[in-house]
Amino acid sequence: MHELSLSSAIVNTVVKHADGRAVTAVNMRIGALRQVVPDTLEFYFGFVAQGTVCEGARLEQELIAARLRCEPCAREWEIDAPLFRCPTCGGSAVTIVAGEEFEVESIHVEEVACTAPR
Amino acid sequence: MHRTKVKVVEEALDANNTIATANRADFDRAGVRVVNFMSAPGAGKTSLLERVIADLDGVRAGVLEGDVQGSMDADRLAHLHVPVTQLNTDSGFGGECHLDANMVRSALPALPLAEIDLLVIENVGNLVCPAEFRVGEDARVMVCSVTEGEDKPLKYPLMFRTCELVLINKIDLLPHLDFDLDKLLYNLDAVHPDVERMLVSARTGEGIEAWRDWLAHVAAPEGVHA
Repeated sequence: MHELSLSSAIVNTVVKHADGRAVTAVNMRIGALRQVVPDTLEFYFGFVAQGTVCEGARLEQELIAARLRCEPCAREWEIDAPLFRCPTCGGSAVTIVAGEEFEVESIHVEEVACTAPR
Repeated sequence: MHRTKVKVVEEALDANNTIATANRADFDRAGVRVVNFMSAPGAGKTSLLERVIADLDGVRAGVLEGDVQGSMDADRLAHLHVPVTQLNTDSGFGGECHLDANMVRSALPALPLAEIDLLVIENVGNLVCPAEFRVGEDARVMVCSVTEGEDKPLKYPLMFRTCELVLINKIDLLPHLDFDLDKLLYNLDAVHPDVERMLVSARTGEGIEAWRDWLAHVAAPEGVHA
C-alpha cells in the first residue's frame, strides 16, 4: 500500500531532473528491504504520472538483494527474510550493506531539437 | 527529436528527508524534542498517551494528532489540558495514510512550541507508510498490541526496525488470548536485535511508569536521539 506514496516521491524527483522535457523511461534501484511490490509500484506510478512529464513513461525496477555485514566476524551475507542477527556469532552488531535503496538511477528524456536562434 | 539518458542517482525520499531536517532544526531552535508515535489502527496509541501525557515529571508536553479524518483522538486528549493540535491528511478525496515532513511543516505555525518541551506526533494508524517518512523527530516509538499476532515484526520489518522503542500493549488480555508472547519477542529480536521494549497495559496501568519515564527522558537534554 505504500507504493502510492512512493510513486509520488519518484515522480517528484524525476520532475525536478527532467527540466520540462518529456520522460520516456525511469530507471529505479530498489532494495529488498523497502518491501516494494514491483507490479503495484508500476500501477501507481502510471496513475501518479498522469498530467506530469512522466506521463506514459516506462518504469524499470532493478531489485537489489539485501546484504548484511557482521563486523566482529568480518562476514557478509544475503538475506531473504528479515533476520538481522549474525548467523555465525548470533550478535547484533550487524550493518546493512545493501537493500535499503530507493533510488532514481537515471531517466530517459526527449530532447526537442531547438530550431529557433538563440 | 532524440532521446537522452540523464544520470540522476537520487534517493526518491530525499525531498521528504530535506524537509524533515528543516522541521528538526525548527524544533531544536524552539528547544522542543519530538517523538513520532506509530502503530496499526487500534493498538492503543491514544490510550497510552492519555495515561502519561499530562504528568511527565514537569516536562511540558503537546500532541500533534494525525488522522485521516475527524478529531476523535484530539477530543479524547482535550480534558487533560495539554495543547493538542489536529492535523487531518484528508484533502477531499481520500486521505494520506501517513504523515510526511511537509504535512508536519504545514502544522508548525499552529503548534505552541514556546509553551512545550516535548511534542508527541501521533501518526496515522498504519504499519507501512509512516515507517518510510521521517517528519523531523528525535525518536520513533511504535505500539504493537498482543491482539495483532506474533508474526507482525516479520511482516512489517521496516516499521519494527525504524523504532527506538517498542511498546507491547494490552498485556492484560494475555490470559484470554492464544497469543505466544515469547514468540513475538523472539521475532522482534530477529528483526531488531536489542531494541528497547516494554510490556504495558494502558487499561490496567501495568508497565506505564517505565513508559512515562522514557518519554520524560526524551525531553531531557541528554535524551534519546534517532
